[in-house]
Amino acid sequence: MSVGQAIPTTVGEPPDGDLQQQFLYEMLLIRRFEEKCAEMYTRGKIRGFLHLYTGEEACAVGAINALRADDKIVTHYRDHGHALARGVEPNRIMAELFARVGGTNEGRGGSMHIFDVSRNFLGGYAIVAGHMPIATGLGLAANLSGEDWAALCIFGDGGVGEGEFHEALNLAAIWKLPVVWFCENNGYGMGVPFDDSLANDVYKIAASYQMPSVRIDGMDVLEVYSATQLALAHVREGNGPYFIEALTYRYRGHSMADPELYRTKAEVEEYRKRDAIERLKRSMIADGLLDETNYQALVARVDAEVDEAVAFADASPEPGLHTLYDHITKEYEGDAE
Amino acid sequence: MREAIREAMREEMLRDQRVFLMGEDIGAYGGSYACTRGLLDEFGPERVRDTPISESGIVGAGVGAALAGFIPMVEIMTINFSLVALDQIVNNASKLHYMSGGQVNVPLVLRMASGGGSQLGATHSHSLEGMFAHFPGLTVVCPAFPGDAKGLLKRSFREPNPVVFIEHTALYGARGEVPDDPEHLVEFGQASMVRSGTDVTLVGYSGSVHQCYRAADMLSAEHGLTADVIDLRTIRPLDMSTVVSSVRRTNRAVVVEDDWKFGGFAGEIAAQIMERAFDWLDAPVARVAGKDVPMPYNRNLEYAALPSEEDVVEAVLAML
Repeated sequence: MSVGQAIPTTVGEPPDGDLQQQFLYEMLLIRRFEEKCAEMYTRGKIRGFLHLYTGEEACAVGAINALRADDKIVTHYRDHGHALARGVEPNRIMAELFARVGGTNEGRGGSMHIFDVSRNFLGGYAIVAGHMPIATGLGLAANLSGEDWAALCIFGDGGVGEGEFHEALNLAAIWKLPVVWFCENNGYGMGVPFDDSLANDVYKIAASYQMPSVRIDGMDVLEVYSATQLALAHVREGNGPYFIEALTYRYRGHSMADPELYRTKAEVEEYRKRDAIERLKRSMIADGLLDETNYQALVARVDAEVDEAVAFADASPEPGLHTLYDHITKEYEGDAE
Repeated sequence: MREAIREAMREEMLRDQRVFLMGEDIGAYGGSYACTRGLLDEFGPERVRDTPISESGIVGAGVGAALAGFIPMVEIMTINFSLVALDQIVNNASKLHYMSGGQVNVPLVLRMASGGGSQLGATHSHSLEGMFAHFPGLTVVCPAFPGDAKGLLKRSFREPNPVVFIEHTALYGARGEVPDDPEHLVEFGQASMVRSGTDVTLVGYSGSVHQCYRAADMLSAEHGLTADVIDLRTIRPLDMSTVVSSVRRTNRAVVVEDDWKFGGFAGEIAAQIMERAFDWLDAPVARVAGKDVPMPYNRNLEYAALPSEEDVVEAVLAML
């Protein structure tokens, strides 16, 4: 394993047809879900900050599908795609965005803070890099418990300039913790281009903490999946953390409030030509794993699910005012003994 | 005091395998205030973990380990360094239970040493108890006596939510009775009446309880006045019932704290006394607190910046 260089990461056989079909379905679900969110935001159904994930689907789907059910995830605030890839029901995510009791967090979290403990999805975090030390703590817990589950920490390139990035990576490295650091480098920290933000490439910065660090194509779901599998195998064997920088691109603005003055339409179009969904679709058709009829059926299935999510969210009641003080602290019930 | 704190940690580690400690120099060095001395030898480096100087990282790691079912105690060398870790304490530890709709909880104990008086200058002499009490979701414990410190710290390890446990540096050498019973717990939100009187109520927490106590001695010896002295023990949750029922008897109250008066916690207590005992008051509630300056290094200036028992006596005499 070389450190600090862009190295080939593909390992073993590519995922079988069923798994590729699953990847395609999940990426489409995220794409259509996010497009529906934009629509619901303009209709006033979703409030607050809304950060959409369109363009980056291959990262969530490739990385999260490489996990086991007992692995734990923490991620940043652009988190709908990660939750969907982890299998959190679209109905409950949409209801959370609508701020309803049927939402994942009973309407208390919102877009940036999706949690689903039943799936070891331990949250979206909205202070940039603030969840990275938490991932270190999850890795520490895995080691202390003697179990071989791992933590996946997803964050953006904007987090790399924060002190908590460096503290978290350093601690994970010196304590040899099973954490896979997954940087979604979409080229911009809000509107500031990556090149104006960091003195070195992300994967090179990470490599200086003495962990394997690779840069991959984050718009190729098969490559993301393969690289994450390799990383997980490494960390499960007790070798310490592993770093992946996935180069990707977000098609929409930073949030719905973003006028996108810092980039051109031509640039966005250029990236759309490398679209992860189109790419997988083409290669599956070429490999005889898909035809246009199957694909259209998949799109119809996804659209039905997204419509169902909106209907579910709309029907779910708002939390009652009498619940305002619920969940500030967990009740102390005396000793468990 | 430090032995009581050590004994609480030791007993809880023996009782519950999920408890572990981490912090800067808590292992081989024994802790910068010697609270963890000997624990590394007894429990080993996995459960008594020396960390780099990385406050945000280690507090965040404590939050993560707590989310995964452990009960971490993170020692922050002094409360001054907690300012570097506020993102983890405020944005993560205090809010995750609420924000997640009750799905996760953070059983994390954060111990830190507080207070001025040792000529350490402006960056190393903070009293930030009131700042932590400001945040919903946190429990803030400020013991004044060794026995309470042990019972409160043991109770903190049983708490399913984050606890900020603040120890006054001037009290580490304090002596007092400490129960041996490993199930001796002191409940949160229960103030303790450490002295009874009829003329005035003196309210303090942590170090200021001792100023109240000494002021009560002086009031009695020099002025023939007797005072209720109330040790709040925890300032969130806050036991106002004990304070209010005392004030309804004595009709006067002085609140004492090391922290700055402007925007400080004494103002919260004074306001609540007004809300609940206004008609019983014979004088406005007085606050005796730190002067509104960054802590000076010079000994005389530092002494002038901190509240003293003389200041408390003066405040009482002014309201008669």
